[in-house]
Amino acid sequence: MADKQNHGIGGLKYDQSKTPWPPETGVFVALVLITVVFEVLNRMHGTSFLFNTRAAVDAIFNKPRLDIIILQVSITGIIALGATQVMVAGGIDLSAGSVVGATAMVAMSFAQTAMVNGHANPKALFGPWAMDLPAVDPILVGLACGMLAGMINGVLIAYTRIPPFIATLGMMLSARGAADWWSNGDPVSFPTQGYANLANGDVLKYLTFGLLSWPGENPAVLFIVLAILLSLVMKYTVYGKRCYAIGSNEAAARMSGINVDRHKVLVYTIAGMLTAAATIMLTSKNLSAQAGMGMMYELDAIAMAVIGGVSLNGGRGTILGTVLGALIFSVIISGFTSIRLDAYYQEMVKGAIIVGAVVLDQWRQRRNASRT
Amino acid sequence: MSEFVLETRGLSKHYGGVHALDDANFALRPGEHVAVVGDNGAGKSTFVRQITGVEQRTAGQIFFHGSEVHFSGPIAARDHGIETVFQNLALADDLDVPSNLFLGRELIKLRLGPFSILDRKSMRQQTEQALVKTAVKIPNLTSTIRNMSGGQRQCVAIARAAHFASKLIIMDEPTAALGVQETAQVENIIRGLKEQGVPLILISHNLRQVFDLVDRIVVFRRGRIVASLNREETDGNDIVSYITGVKGNEDAYV
Ligand SMILES: Nc1ncnc2c1ncn2[C@@H]1O[C@H](COP(=O)(O)OP(=O)(O)O)[C@@H](O)[C@H]1O
Ligand SMILES: [Mg+2]
Repeated sequence: MADKQNHGIGGLKYDQSKTPWPPETGVFVALVLITVVFEVLNRMHGTSFLFNTRAAVDAIFNKPRLDIIILQVSITGIIALGATQVMVAGGIDLSAGSVVGATAMVAMSFAQTAMVNGHANPKALFGPWAMDLPAVDPILVGLACGMLAGMINGVLIAYTRIPPFIATLGMMLSARGAADWWSNGDPVSFPTQGYANLANGDVLKYLTFGLLSWPGENPAVLFIVLAILLSLVMKYTVYGKRCYAIGSNEAAARMSGINVDRHKVLVYTIAGMLTAAATIMLTSKNLSAQAGMGMMYELDAIAMAVIGGVSLNGGRGTILGTVLGALIFSVIISGFTSIRLDAYYQEMVKGAIIVGAVVLDQWRQRRNASRT
Repeated sequence: MSEFVLETRGLSKHYGGVHALDDANFALRPGEHVAVVGDNGAGKSTFVRQITGVEQRTAGQIFFHGSEVHFSGPIAARDHGIETVFQNLALADDLDVPSNLFLGRELIKLRLGPFSILDRKSMRQQTEQALVKTAVKIPNLTSTIRNMSGGQRQCVAIARAAHFASKLIIMDEPTAALGVQETAQVENIIRGLKEQGVPLILISHNLRQVFDLVDRIVVFRRGRIVASLNREETDGNDIVSYITGVKGNEDAYV
């Protein structure tokens, strides 16, 4: 085949050598622009956003800041990966933040150590049988807890045909209630060293046999690994293809023989599993679990996805887009901190970004609708 | 092998008090192309939905290649080699052409349950072949079909049906929303199917098209089949008389 072709109904011309920009291009450009703005603002104060300005340190980049930019969105970012596939499949998950709370309490209860500084663990929840278990136990319990919540969401949405918004709103309330009930509102603390190492260790060093090292950044490593994995799943597997098909035209997917209901259960279960993975990192990092953990995380996650070009109407968006959206989110937070803007302003600006992203999404929808 | 590809006896569908389809006796012979015509609301789409199992019939029997069938859904019909181009396109706008062609029956490279790896290359190649076979021209296989014209999207739907159909194709008003050139394109695909000997039921309002393409014309009126006429023994005025009820107030049997 020649690279230039002239075919199509009515002599429609199409030049195959011209491939369109990938959909994430706009998000990437926005990320670069926002970063440049903060760099300029910092330079006006004689500092730098991205680059090292301390003479005592021999580095080109401001590594602590770059580390924080990744780390501070790793946990909500992992949740955003799950939210992305839910939204691509035409759903929404408002329960993630509360599932973090419930999973945190449950998982941590199986991660406790018996002795703290020579005294019996003051926060011990269960008897000696649940003390000093290997880290794999709380991991499995935590994952099961998140998957159960996700599966309940999925079953409600698929088989009772409740709108996802309502079903996951119910889970949002119930899961938070379960978290409060678990230990009557008391925090669960003092995990084993093994559990603490999950987030605070140096898994990169371990995986690369000492070649690379990124201590204390395990949540970021997990975020990146899961992002790559899920990105491949969405692109190259039947699972991903069906998420897009269902989000794009559920009736057509059904007509084509796709088991839409079963797929939805799977999608929400995987979202729950990712939420649980994020929770394990969070509790390991904090060395403690509280029932109020993860409050509003679902909104951060949805915002990251929407900023990254995932459509609230389903069918459109990519994992790469969401990762870029998460970075935009993080750069803005770090940027405001770097120019010493109050946390109150940060919250307000965050809200404005979310609304702005949704407006942009709706505008894209309308532009697309008018084209067909 | 039976004399008929498809036969319905007393096929009826009632929506509450509405007798959308009443006692339809219909038969299709091997290789035959039949048009179904009738006014809006005459029951043509209802007839298609009963045959393809999209809805469950109120009464009557359906025979496919001589044996009685009870399709639980369009997938069951599809498994029997019946492909349908529904009036409202069953396409996913955000997917590209190969993904739409293989929607629900993706080709697999490595079987891993729901996470099976797609064989994207084969799907792409087979899509190209299907488009060549049906002479469908699409600007770009890898972009989503959202921005394609109505005709191109319809061609994708028809190419999908033509690619997979082994025993019967049903098209419900495939050219209703298309321009002149796009209609010609679809008609060419239908001629190709005739040459291949694939039987076809074509629902259409366009009598010129019907007389150009098919062997026999079946007229529906108010949920009943009122005429079944070979193309040679009828003309446009005759058909219109049946459609409007000037002629044929008794049921027709084939
Ligand atoms: N799901 C339904 N519920 C109730 N009435 C219906 C339904 N589908 C079709 N009808 C009625 O059945 C009749 C036949 O409709 P249809 O088969 O769509 O006609 P056609 O395709 O010939 O234009 C119409 O009167 C229509 O209003
Ligand atoms: Mg109709």
